[in-house]
Amino acid sequence: MASHNGSAPAPAESPPPVDSVREFVKQGLDSEDERIDVGVVIVGGGTAGLACANRLLQLLGDDSELMESLGEVPVAIIEKAKTCGGHNLSGAVMRPGPLQELFPDMTREDWRKERFAFGEVKKEAVYMLPNGKAKLRIPTPPPFKNHGNEVISVSSLARYQQRMAEEGGAYVLTETSATQLIVEDGRVLGVRSGDKGRGKDGEPLSNFEPGTDIGAKVTVLAEGCWGHLTGAAIKEFGLAENREPQVWELGVKELWKVPKPLDRVIHTIGPWPLRVASKYGQIGGTWLYPMKDEKSGDDLVSIGFVIDLDYRDATTSAHDLLQLFKTHPFVKEILDGGERVGWGAKALPGGGYWSMPKLTMPGALLVGDSAGMVDTVSLKGVHHCIKSGFLSAEAIYKSLKGGESLESYEQAVENSSIGKELYQVRNTRQPFSKGFIQGAPVVNLAIATKGKIPGGRLEWHRNDEEPMFIGDTRERYPKPDGKYIFDKLSSVYISGNATRDDAPNHIRVQKEVPREIAETWEWMCPAGVYEIPDDAPESGPVDVIVNYTNCVQCGAITAKGGRLTPPEGGDGPLYTLT
Amino acid sequence: MADVLTYVLHYEGAFNKNSLGAVSEGAARASEIGGECHAVVVGGDDLSDELCQSLGAYGATKVFRAKGAEGLAQPVVDVMAKVVDEHGHNYALFGGGLLGFEIGAGLAARMHAGVTMEVTGVRAEDGKLVAERPILQDSKISVSRYQGDLGIIIGRINAFEIQERDGGSAEVVDVDVEYSDWSNKAKMVQRGEQRGADVDIEGADILVAGGRGLGKAENFKLAEELAGAFGGNSAVAATRAVVDAGWYPYAAQIGQTGKTVAPKLYLAAGISGAIQHKVGMQTSENIVAINKDAGAPIFEFSDLGIVGDLNKILPKLTEAIKTKKGG
Amino acid sequence: MKICVLVKEVPDAAVEKRIDPSNGRLDRSGEKNLNPYDTHAIEAAMQIREGGAAEVEEIVAVTMGPESAVRALHKAVSLGADRSLHLTDDALSGSDVAATGYALSKALEKEQPDLVLLGQQSDDGECYTIGAVVADHLKMPSLTQVIKMDVEDSGLRCERQAEYGYDTVQVDLPAVISVGDAINEPRYPSLKAIMGARKKPLETVGSGDVGIDSSKVGEEGSRVQCGDFHDPEAKPPGKIIEDEDTNETVEQIVAWLEERKLI
Repeated sequence: MASHNGSAPAPAESPPPVDSVREFVKQGLDSEDERIDVGVVIVGGGTAGLACANRLLQLLGDDSELMESLGEVPVAIIEKAKTCGGHNLSGAVMRPGPLQELFPDMTREDWRKERFAFGEVKKEAVYMLPNGKAKLRIPTPPPFKNHGNEVISVSSLARYQQRMAEEGGAYVLTETSATQLIVEDGRVLGVRSGDKGRGKDGEPLSNFEPGTDIGAKVTVLAEGCWGHLTGAAIKEFGLAENREPQVWELGVKELWKVPKPLDRVIHTIGPWPLRVASKYGQIGGTWLYPMKDEKSGDDLVSIGFVIDLDYRDATTSAHDLLQLFKTHPFVKEILDGGERVGWGAKALPGGGYWSMPKLTMPGALLVGDSAGMVDTVSLKGVHHCIKSGFLSAEAIYKSLKGGESLESYEQAVENSSIGKELYQVRNTRQPFSKGFIQGAPVVNLAIATKGKIPGGRLEWHRNDEEPMFIGDTRERYPKPDGKYIFDKLSSVYISGNATRDDAPNHIRVQKEVPREIAETWEWMCPAGVYEIPDDAPESGPVDVIVNYTNCVQCGAITAKGGRLTPPEGGDGPLYTLT
Repeated sequence: MADVLTYVLHYEGAFNKNSLGAVSEGAARASEIGGECHAVVVGGDDLSDELCQSLGAYGATKVFRAKGAEGLAQPVVDVMAKVVDEHGHNYALFGGGLLGFEIGAGLAARMHAGVTMEVTGVRAEDGKLVAERPILQDSKISVSRYQGDLGIIIGRINAFEIQERDGGSAEVVDVDVEYSDWSNKAKMVQRGEQRGADVDIEGADILVAGGRGLGKAENFKLAEELAGAFGGNSAVAATRAVVDAGWYPYAAQIGQTGKTVAPKLYLAAGISGAIQHKVGMQTSENIVAINKDAGAPIFEFSDLGIVGDLNKILPKLTEAIKTKKGG
Repeated sequence: MKICVLVKEVPDAAVEKRIDPSNGRLDRSGEKNLNPYDTHAIEAAMQIREGGAAEVEEIVAVTMGPESAVRALHKAVSLGADRSLHLTDDALSGSDVAATGYALSKALEKEQPDLVLLGQQSDDGECYTIGAVVADHLKMPSLTQVIKMDVEDSGLRCERQAEYGYDTVQVDLPAVISVGDAINEPRYPSLKAIMGARKKPLETVGSGDVGIDSSKVGEEGSRVQCGDFHDPEAKPPGKIIEDEDTNETVEQIVAWLEERKLI
């Protein structure tokens, strides 16, 4: 391990012990009687994966010949949570088009009756927060114009989509993880499901059940942020060649039941509660969305904080920054008298257009967040997930029917609203890597010119290459009081997190890392997974304690020097309205 | 006539604490609705007249005694069904414990009666008894009201306090019962076998629990010595964090994933009180916490909190208790 | 030997449980799962079958519940049951413990099992020992909280932890046994088993099909009503001592303990 003599170490210098291709790519399928064969296997029962299933089953529903030719299980969805939606989390204000296209017979009132939509955006406001007391309303920049959009819960939407998929004939295998991509002769043949019943050190326990190979004509990787198999596929098939590296952001969200309904969608663009000086490298913002739960009549507020993961101050904690944000008087006013009813965290891909990998490979394709289809300027990705699922289904259908190459999907995405919207903001976020103050003018220019300026292709550099230093961001975090300001552990509790005591550790990090990296992980993780032992030296190598059973699988660790791998199926949070 | 019938378990010549609690509770509640409290005992010759009469001290005016198998529920259902049939008791009340559940449930089937389990409180309302029980992880209380001739109340462990009074001696009435066929189909082969030296954590009256604040595995000795000083039915418990770290065995783990306990005294040393732990011990009768961090969440729900260094406090406390008990 | 395993669908442990403000009843929406205790019962049935001491012709999963309860049956079948029986009827809704046990016993009567197994309690904390209710109606011997069970002498040798230690009880068949979670480590279903579960026979029956007397079930047939949900009495705030003079602190602790008769 390199010594640093005072210079700041980067997480990339202490890489996790993992070899994607060797570990997560399996050569060849098991024999027929050992494996399961399905028509199309979709890894990930989130918004995108289920949209693919929903559309594909609609098409197959009208084509019984093709449906039958796919066998007993035409479409299988592999989902590691206890139910689809259990691991899904987003803001979210969604552009309605793609969902209307997917379910044309539903009205928006129907959406709300199904309890995944919570109201059309009527009013909106964007604030700049110079400090913890004041706020300046600014005219709503175009990306934040949300009139006509709908506040939704992706967790709840996924549950609805799951039901529709099952009614359409899909097999949804919940509590099942996909741990390996099966490849042969340069072609994806399917995936392998995860083992169950391993102990703390990976040893098989008395009720050990090995995973099963699932062979499929087409494999859809819809794993969301930090796609486990997606990462392996990208390496195996060189899908990231000539692309910008992917970069990530971490969002922490709370759901509050409030006595007084919020009347508008609010975004704040900083700088408070972040530090403006560029040495901290902190770029982020917040949201407050009103939600009217038609079923219970409750008024809810979704409040969240998102930060780019290329920050440099090791003591940056998204969870605590959200708690700090709540201390602002205008937020207090909104949440006053309310009760926290939900909490969660999730990373999202922030690289945009230039960081998207090639979307297809022989036998498989990528949809949704796994493919990096998020517009982080307007904070919109849900409608792209749905659209990409929809387009992938059409490409798969054409391929199964007439042998057309799956590559038609790439062009379809490029020509669709996904390609157009992401292209427009392709260079809009990169300037912030220089810092909020330096970057803001260029970012504004990009927004004002609808992406014409700056031209060309602006770079991203990897999050884990940022040198980390131990700064003072932590000094501003408010103390938890259990009523308004919350600690990490009680937050993990209400996420519904459940993990078997003797489950094996699913997180890969290097054993001994510099103090700065250890602190980065300890502060970064919203669930309190990483802990520095009391007797660790103030400077010098630290053997970080990994409380992996707290993990809510947000994925941030993979951006900053570690690697999240899928735990045993069924483990992790059980989000309901996030 | 709103009489209450309780079941009293016995073993090796002594009555079960939870059963005595049920008699005490039954007597207090019965008097509020103009009735009496009676008891049922089932067993062999060790159920002497003297022993049975002593239930009068807890408020029972009559004791129905039947000869039958001990430690099994179904014979008792036969006995209680007959007694209720003949004497018209309106409530059957059981103290916490395995048999209480089994007999109460069997009696509910036999008499087609309503039954409430895990009851923590009983009260009189308009001449009837209603039972209260916690639900939703003890966050709410539910009230049960009965219809029909018999209401069955099964208490939570240690829910009913024993109250001795000058009730004098109870009248012993022998009952002849023809047992159902199936009641004879379960035979006790061995009863009350003690296994190993482990104290059953879930059954302990006093638990001394250690958490990360102990500092190191060796310091569990402090917890063990304190538990030893308390003596009797005391044991040592641990949080998940220290079990994960290998300081103490999994069998002692309390919490969301671990055991749930409700001892008379839960003394938490070096435990922060995160909710994952709290849900495993929050209904303990008395919670004492020792922690050097004044802001630890455990102080919000402890009955007595000491902000200080457990390394100094535990040994002195152990000595003081030994002295109190020994002297 | 024919074994019937009683299973129940319960809200997932992670789902926040609350009272539905619109009707004052327990909110039963949200994820449901096979009662974890019941997986031990199915495993126990499988171990008898695989153990060889008795020939088990059939393991039947039985449940009483609304339409969604079929998921619990699918899970039970994926864990090894050969077929399942779903007792469902609007008339049964609102049944209390005694009524539910009675209804289940009628469904079981139809099956004529040699052994009925179930988990010792349900995760939603509603029913403890419903096995005892079922057994009384079926006129079978019954034990609950069994943590070891062996086929012996054409009966079952069972162990359980009772009030005074471990009891060993020999039970004749047919019998109703509720098992504790310490009895075994349930297996995980293979993907093949999960997917194959839907193909196994599932019979749906109503009250009339099994001869249930409707006056004994449902809200009308239940003899206990639960309601009036309220918050428990708030615990008075605890006393806090800041330790300065440890001798004095310890004196205070001892006095406090003595007051409460803890030493």
